[in-house]
Amino acid sequence: MKNSISTPVDRLDGPEKASGRAIYTDDIRPDGLLYARTLRADRPRARILHIRLPDIPVGYFIVDKNDVPGHNRIKMLEDDWPFFAEEVINHVGEPILLVVGPDREKVNVILHGIKVEYEDLPAVLSIKDAIAAKNPIFGDDNCFASYQFQKGDPDPVFTDAKTIIKGEFKTGYHEQAYMEPQGVIGNYVNGKLTVTGSMQCPYYVKNAMVQLTGFPENQVQIIQATTGGAFGGKEEYPSLLAGHVAIAAIKTGKPVKLVLERGEDLAVTTKRHPSISRYRSAVDENGRVIAMEADITLDGGAYAGLSAVVLQRALFAAIGVYDIPNVTVRGRVLSTNQVPSGAFRGFGAPQAFFAVEMHMEQIASELGMNPLTFKEIHLVKQGDTTATGGLLRDEIKIREMLSRVLKMSDYRKKEGIFASGNGRFRSGIGLGLYLHGCGFTGKGEDTIHGTATIRKLTEDRAEILVSNVEMGQGAQTTLRKIVATTLGLPIQNIDYPNPDTDRVPDSGPTVASRTVIIVGHLLESAAKELKARWNENETFSVSKSYRHPSYIKWNQDTLQGDAYPAYSWGVVAVEVQVDTLTYETTIKKVWTVHDVGVAIDEDIIRGQVEGGILQGLGYASIEVMDTANGAYRQHNFTDYIIPTAVDAPVIESELVDNPYEYGPFGAKCAGELPIAGAAPAYAAAVSRALGIPVHEIPVKPEALIKGLKE
Amino acid sequence: MSQTIQFNLNGKAVFLKTDPMRRLLDVLRDDFSETGVKEGCGEGECGACSVFLNGKLVNSCLVAVGSITGMNVETIVHFQHTQAYRIIEQAFSDAGSVQCGFCTPGMVLAAYALLKENPDPDETDIREAISGNLCRCTGYNMIVDGIKLAAKKGDGKW
Repeated sequence: MKNSISTPVDRLDGPEKASGRAIYTDDIRPDGLLYARTLRADRPRARILHIRLPDIPVGYFIVDKNDVPGHNRIKMLEDDWPFFAEEVINHVGEPILLVVGPDREKVNVILHGIKVEYEDLPAVLSIKDAIAAKNPIFGDDNCFASYQFQKGDPDPVFTDAKTIIKGEFKTGYHEQAYMEPQGVIGNYVNGKLTVTGSMQCPYYVKNAMVQLTGFPENQVQIIQATTGGAFGGKEEYPSLLAGHVAIAAIKTGKPVKLVLERGEDLAVTTKRHPSISRYRSAVDENGRVIAMEADITLDGGAYAGLSAVVLQRALFAAIGVYDIPNVTVRGRVLSTNQVPSGAFRGFGAPQAFFAVEMHMEQIASELGMNPLTFKEIHLVKQGDTTATGGLLRDEIKIREMLSRVLKMSDYRKKEGIFASGNGRFRSGIGLGLYLHGCGFTGKGEDTIHGTATIRKLTEDRAEILVSNVEMGQGAQTTLRKIVATTLGLPIQNIDYPNPDTDRVPDSGPTVASRTVIIVGHLLESAAKELKARWNENETFSVSKSYRHPSYIKWNQDTLQGDAYPAYSWGVVAVEVQVDTLTYETTIKKVWTVHDVGVAIDEDIIRGQVEGGILQGLGYASIEVMDTANGAYRQHNFTDYIIPTAVDAPVIESELVDNPYEYGPFGAKCAGELPIAGAAPAYAAAVSRALGIPVHEIPVKPEALIKGLKE
Repeated sequence: MSQTIQFNLNGKAVFLKTDPMRRLLDVLRDDFSETGVKEGCGEGECGACSVFLNGKLVNSCLVAVGSITGMNVETIVHFQHTQAYRIIEQAFSDAGSVQCGFCTPGMVLAAYALLKENPDPDETDIREAISGNLCRCTGYNMIVDGIKLAAKKGDGKW
């Protein structure tokens, strides 16, 4: 039965956005504003020998590493990423200095008058280079991180196996392409630093600014401005930009704005990690995979960033939604002199799901089995264990969801008809089956212990105080709805201003699909208590801090146990038509069913599902970024093409209810989930339409021509 | 080199002395605080900077201000006070067409440009009409639904 909370409401942020009244970072124009532009390295690895500056007019400033009062490193997993280049630059686009001043054109003129003399150093420009390099650029093996874990006892199974099937799968760079380019404004007044900007994680930025400046915490304030999309791209990168305007504001004593132009944003911000995955499976005489080995390698780029955790999520997703008794999972993320890779919706999982889904297709095809039947017999069920030995303790509805998608899409009938297709236009239909571990990976939630607060303001009004942001995904609607429904107040009576670290506790970053399941759960508990104590005082607050349910056990050293407290699930079918004259592929239609626990708002979930699926289809089909000497060859939306309304297929989408005990109103996670299955479903559909294997995304026409020739 | 340029902005004559090669987008945002006109790409690909120029939908990042002497510019700032806007806004709200909102003012103007010409568009007409406006959040279908709903609610009175 449908929970009444799922019934859609109007988004409260809709009218101000539609009318253009919403104020994004670049719309903020304080008096005395200075503009910053960045001088960037034009080569992948070099020593800076000399920087020759033109005459700098009065009122204009150069800001660089020498202006940093604290530590010139972004606070992250490793403190290896400088705000401003030091002696050596390690990737194209690395920031060296800022030119700051009141007139943007003059700032540009000064910027173009600067000459940098370099001594080039040998650069590592690919995963292959990083593995082969005799002189590593990071540690002694160019690895930012490497992990390995096992389930069962795979080695003897491989030794004895009669059938072993191997495959290699590749994915490319993937750009978030949020519509609002990155931007921040720094201000420094009476010894207090304030940074306002487009961001997902105000406290990441705050912690980074404290380390950068050496200021006490109460002299650093971070405020999120209305954020025009992020998709992970505004998780770690805004800390770097914030550092730039912070130092510039401290130096000039004036507000300083730094907004990237689109081409600059594409050239220097983090992308989804390219991957190479090698799989090997032992199959018994009944066509059952009895052991699987996955080896996933990611290109991390020049600085460690969040790569280690991205790799963990990739590895924990390496066997997909399948029950495989014996498993070895290995992976590493390599250091190269490419632009740093980083967070992007799915956070490593899309690479793994592409690989494992295509590997399952490949095994079925090599065994002469129907891929659907083959996947079906391997599906996990409640009580099975994950690759890390975690227990799948909650009800799993993936079989029911799969049956529904097959029915909605008329899958089996189409599969039969398409198999005999010939002529110029060939059709194909493919499936993707996937899950998403909700919240931070591994020890993350237990490290951060997010705190959420609700304040009673008046007899019929309350305020949400959390550091999680609205970035388009609907947090303004979902979190208010959770609190309003629990308190029994109209949703309009719940305030939720954009987070300001001077006012809100650290409820954690807006990442990992954790906002509803973790922060929403804290708000639901706080609201319940607030309601019970409502008459105690005219105004007061209730706060709650997160702990995993006590049954969740995780060992970060051995990577064993429950990597996530809960999982959301998805099934998607994609139908395509390939023109064998032009090798253009048209997506005809998409059918999908998701289990996100309980939808807090069906419209919000539909928006996440459809947006995620189209982003995944872009990843699979047309979105390609390649590099030459460490620089991306795509410079704007003319050559980095994202789907338009004409490219977008109709998506028939349904949900199944499957409440999670510790989620607000039973909700689990939804934001990242839908992107995981679209790429393998598309690739499988193209593969079947033409009867050729597909091992790499994006699936380029060139690859199809080559595949058909072979 | 500066020139004096006159055009009509949202129904009022405006004069400014400026470089005629400046982008209309910058003039609107910097000189007239029309921040509802967004810069998404600066290359005419995304449609976030859409305005009406003599009633035609254009990307203001591709228009040099020196080329619009005497012409009428209408932005979302003005358009939001019309009955047509209210219908589209409500339809977008009902259909869940808005997410991050950065593309939305451009989408609203593109929707109006379509409905004015073709009050009863089919799905293909709608997709074509907004194909110059990129959105990364929605997957477009909920925007297409919003425009269908607006067509129905507007009932030809554009």
